[in-house]
Amino acid sequence: MRVEGSEPSVGAGAPDHAREPARRREDRERRADRPPAISVSTDPSAPLSYDPELERIEIELLLEGIFRHYGFDFRSYAYASIRRRLWRRIEAERLSTVSGLQDRLLHEPALMERLLLDLSINVTAMFRDPSFYLAFRQKVVPLLRTYPFIRIWHAGCSTGEEVYSMAILLEEEGLYERARIYATDINEVVVHRARAGIFPLERMQEYTENYIRAGGMRSFSEYYTAKYDGALFSPALQRNVVFSQHNLVTDRSFAEFNVILCRNVLIYFDRALQARVHGLFYDSLVHFGILALGSKETLRLSEYETRYEELSAADRIYRKVR
Amino acid sequence: MFEIAVIGTSWGGLSALSTVLAGLPATFAIPIVVVQHRSPDAAGVLAELLQSQTRLIVTEVDDKHPILPGHVQIAPPNYHLLVDRGYFSLTTDAPVRYSRPSIDVTFSSVADEYGRHAIGVVLTGANEDGALGLRRIVDRGGYAIVQDPGTAESPIMPSAALRAVPRAHVAALAQVAGHLVTIAPPRPPARDRVGAHLA
Repeated sequence: MRVEGSEPSVGAGAPDHAREPARRREDRERRADRPPAISVSTDPSAPLSYDPELERIEIELLLEGIFRHYGFDFRSYAYASIRRRLWRRIEAERLSTVSGLQDRLLHEPALMERLLLDLSINVTAMFRDPSFYLAFRQKVVPLLRTYPFIRIWHAGCSTGEEVYSMAILLEEEGLYERARIYATDINEVVVHRARAGIFPLERMQEYTENYIRAGGMRSFSEYYTAKYDGALFSPALQRNVVFSQHNLVTDRSFAEFNVILCRNVLIYFDRALQARVHGLFYDSLVHFGILALGSKETLRLSEYETRYEELSAADRIYRKVR
Repeated sequence: MFEIAVIGTSWGGLSALSTVLAGLPATFAIPIVVVQHRSPDAAGVLAELLQSQTRLIVTEVDDKHPILPGHVQIAPPNYHLLVDRGYFSLTTDAPVRYSRPSIDVTFSSVADEYGRHAIGVVLTGANEDGALGLRRIVDRGGYAIVQDPGTAESPIMPSAALRAVPRAHVAALAQVAGHLVTIAPPRPPARDRVGAHLA
């Protein structure tokens, strides 16, 4: 096999795109200047005909078509992960190209339904990342005690596991009576399931372990009743929760909040949409309001970085300070 | 001209990665991305341990962080790591063959994005993750390096990679860094470290 380091280089030195990510357009142009991969192959067995830029065009057209025909807007979703999910659907439908999927998709609403499920899958768990809940108890709860009334927005709540987790935490800290949790998700189906409050029984052992590591003060089994193969969570935990459908891409804020939780949702957005949603959160928080992100999501490199201070750097809990 | 090197490993990976990274100069010109299977609870520890072994800057990846030369950027536990035009992108999609991060997922993303500019390296490991991804890197015109299974703490992963990519360059663990430097020469020392402030 060839060692490619000896080839005439394209441009000088290390790739610009790795060094100056902001220059996206120049980067694209530079990439377009490269000889097409197929013409430089010296290995006849290597199928080098794959053209990532052409595929990007196909995917952008597909997302545009979905938006214009069905009204679902995935155009600002993170390209790499939406691409991966599209390809899983393409393979499941025994198709071979993105354009092939587009043809079927625009004429078959049933296929759109299937793709919609693929694209809106949310992974969640009760007390997911227990250290986050522990940090919330230690660093955020003392601040919340100073408020007579606490408004919390859980944006992207999926099937509700993390909403019930927060309700349990607030109950144990004696704050639930004065709290109201607004739990929203783009997907009505999962909001409906969240409202039902029934989670798979086989995950209760994992959730119990999470609960203990999250600083849980009681016995986790107090909070649910086993019914058939589901665990029905106490309806009392829902008494101060409002579940509703809300679209972070298109909808505006609907109140001022003391706490906004949005964990592992923004990773599915591209940087432009992330910036817009950060604007929405900033505008929706009271002064000294709390923003909690997923454990690998950060305000660093965002224009809002300087508007917040870190309450817990490791657990990505921030406080709006200016 | 290579633009990225992605390393996949599992059982025995900490020691193998330490050897490889210790052998690379601070001026190594292309970004290094590491996917190492590990427990979701071990956040941060791997980066710290590896940092003590290398002059390159070691970090665990945050979502949408730029991909940087002079850095070793590690897939965080419990996420798949994808690349997109100079940035990382994380997903919590289902584990692939019980692994998240999955080496195959990251290698495939790098293969599709970087084509013949990608280097894939498979080191020690006790499962077969990485074989399909390495195949994809080679199929897209990239370059494959596999640790000589005879020098691996667990030979299963490099052996599987070699079955998938028989033409891969085979290197004893101690030779992997040297081979990387040969095919991706370090940049001249005069060059500055653009992006280092982002570390």
